[in-house]
Amino acid sequence: MPERAGFNMAEIQRPRLSLGPILYLWPREQVFDFYAEILETPVEVIYLGETVCSKRRQLKPEDYWELAERITAAGKEAVISTLALIESEGELKTLKRICADQRFLIEAGDLAALEFLEGRPFVAAHSINLYNQRTLDFLIKLGLKRWVMPVELGRSTVADLLKYRPVGVECELFAFGRLPLAYSARCFTAYNRGLGKDNCNFCCGDYPGGLLVTTQEGQAFLNLNGIQTQSATVHNLLPALPEIRALGVDLLRISPQSQHTAEIIRIFAACLDQTLDPLEGTMRLRQLAPGELCDGYWTGQAGYRLGMALEAH
Amino acid sequence: MELVCPAGNLSMLKAAVDHGADAVYLGFRDDTNARHFAGLNFTDQQIAEGLKYAHDRRVKVFVAINTYPQPHNWKRWAAAVDRAAGLGVDALILADMGVLDYAAERHPQVNLHLSVQGSATNPAAIGFMQRHFGIKRVVLPRVLSLAQVAQLIQNISVPVEIFGFGSLCVMVEGRCLLSSYASGQSPNTFGACSPAAHVEWRDTPQGQETRLGGVLLERRAPGEPAGYPTICKGRYWVDGELRHAIEEPTSLNTLEILPKLLAAGVSAIKIEGRQRSTRYVTQVTQVWREAIDACTRNPQAFQTKESWRKILAAVSEGTQTTIGPYERTWH
Repeated sequence: MPERAGFNMAEIQRPRLSLGPILYLWPREQVFDFYAEILETPVEVIYLGETVCSKRRQLKPEDYWELAERITAAGKEAVISTLALIESEGELKTLKRICADQRFLIEAGDLAALEFLEGRPFVAAHSINLYNQRTLDFLIKLGLKRWVMPVELGRSTVADLLKYRPVGVECELFAFGRLPLAYSARCFTAYNRGLGKDNCNFCCGDYPGGLLVTTQEGQAFLNLNGIQTQSATVHNLLPALPEIRALGVDLLRISPQSQHTAEIIRIFAACLDQTLDPLEGTMRLRQLAPGELCDGYWTGQAGYRLGMALEAH
Repeated sequence: MELVCPAGNLSMLKAAVDHGADAVYLGFRDDTNARHFAGLNFTDQQIAEGLKYAHDRRVKVFVAINTYPQPHNWKRWAAAVDRAAGLGVDALILADMGVLDYAAERHPQVNLHLSVQGSATNPAAIGFMQRHFGIKRVVLPRVLSLAQVAQLIQNISVPVEIFGFGSLCVMVEGRCLLSSYASGQSPNTFGACSPAAHVEWRDTPQGQETRLGGVLLERRAPGEPAGYPTICKGRYWVDGELRHAIEEPTSLNTLEILPKLLAAGVSAIKIEGRQRSTRYVTQVTQVWREAIDACTRNPQAFQTKESWRKILAAVSEGTQTTIGPYERTWH
């Protein structure tokens, strides 16, 4: 979208920064240390909870609630995220227990969570398929307060939905990190170690940033994280910041990575505060990202493509 | 147990009807359904003709409108629902909550099935869809083990349809973006995984290469079999080894667990393959009709016939078949 004439940046509300849930299996202590570090950053909303694999129980719901209390005490908003794929009765029970807690806003990762959250405010994760205004209307009637756009949807659909959405309903974009692309019954980390999911030995813990998949000609392509398949490239919407502001997007999500997350948050925050140019910020992000940057989904291209910023530099 | 067969065109529909399908499923000629390929699918007039042919022989017709509209193209999905309802089809197979909401409100008399693309894998999700949209059937994503399918059926009041044969989606359907990551188009947005326009085949000195959106999915030696290229069946480097990192080029065949599926209370078996041929539909329908009849008559004595296995193996994509996620060790 071209810059509008007479555009006054100060009149536009600044999107808030959010931190997505940790998608990888990190040791318990590292998780606590991570959030302690994050509390010192300018991020305003923090999502936390296990969204990928129910076998990962190094943190229980009680631990996440405790962290959420600390986050709230630090003046930030805590949101409890839930599993994206629910298969077993045990997973459903845990989900029900998480959804029974009324203290924090909850992010629904699967349709099952909608069943439990209906009638109170909730967030729809990017793993809930909200592609159009009628779905938005339907979920608003149930209590939707905020939704994270499915990651494959680009600026034209974001613009259309933002024009349509009622006051008080917030739109969040997955703005930085490896893209969550797919979920399966199979654990791909275990599969590639010659193990089954039932006897996985928690081998995903050996890959705090996921297990890289490279094409036969050396292109870093995918990143395996248990039952989740991510992009190997790192989605970055920072160059689109002026446009994102103009559209009225409410939140920008940064997805945690095993290193440099706090620094990445600070770069985004500086760009939001207009003390750093988004293209300069992107050059810095390139040094901190675990893979090449991409942004194709935003402009309606293949997700792995990079079109917005770096090619011009 | 109902046998639900694919119809990519009128000739396939007739073949399915003639060879023992209880129901056929099909789509309009656009991206409102998840088999949006050139030359495939039905005009309204063809659907009307197919409906008459099927209904005269007491076979049901389901129309899949199971992709995800966006604001700019929403009207086309709504119109597809209206058209299908107006034609008097036996059920609509839908995925998007907005489309379900629209169909339930505008056409309360029409049966709605929740598509596999609707990603409902547990009692709470299915109950949610039933309560809000009155779904009369759920098609399960290929993620649950047989034991989980059986348990699920005990905990819901919606009849369950499962995929029994054909191409194997490895990811939860409706939430797989691998295709758009490489090509810009996904089953959700475009109605196709690996859209043909983005697929390249090329012979090189290193072997035959297949690419999607420029990304190399596979490079194989001369003579190695080649299925239709999808990202999940490609061969890549992982941890210093070249391998099928997600799944082998294999397809689904649940024939040998048919008595268990019956005992679990599965209401319908779906055959994948609207993009295949009339010959495929003829052969697969014949085998599955015979098998379901034999199994229903006497489940304890059920044995797969060698002739069935040969026919199904000959029409399977890739070199091997699997029971897939229904078998726990697959996970």
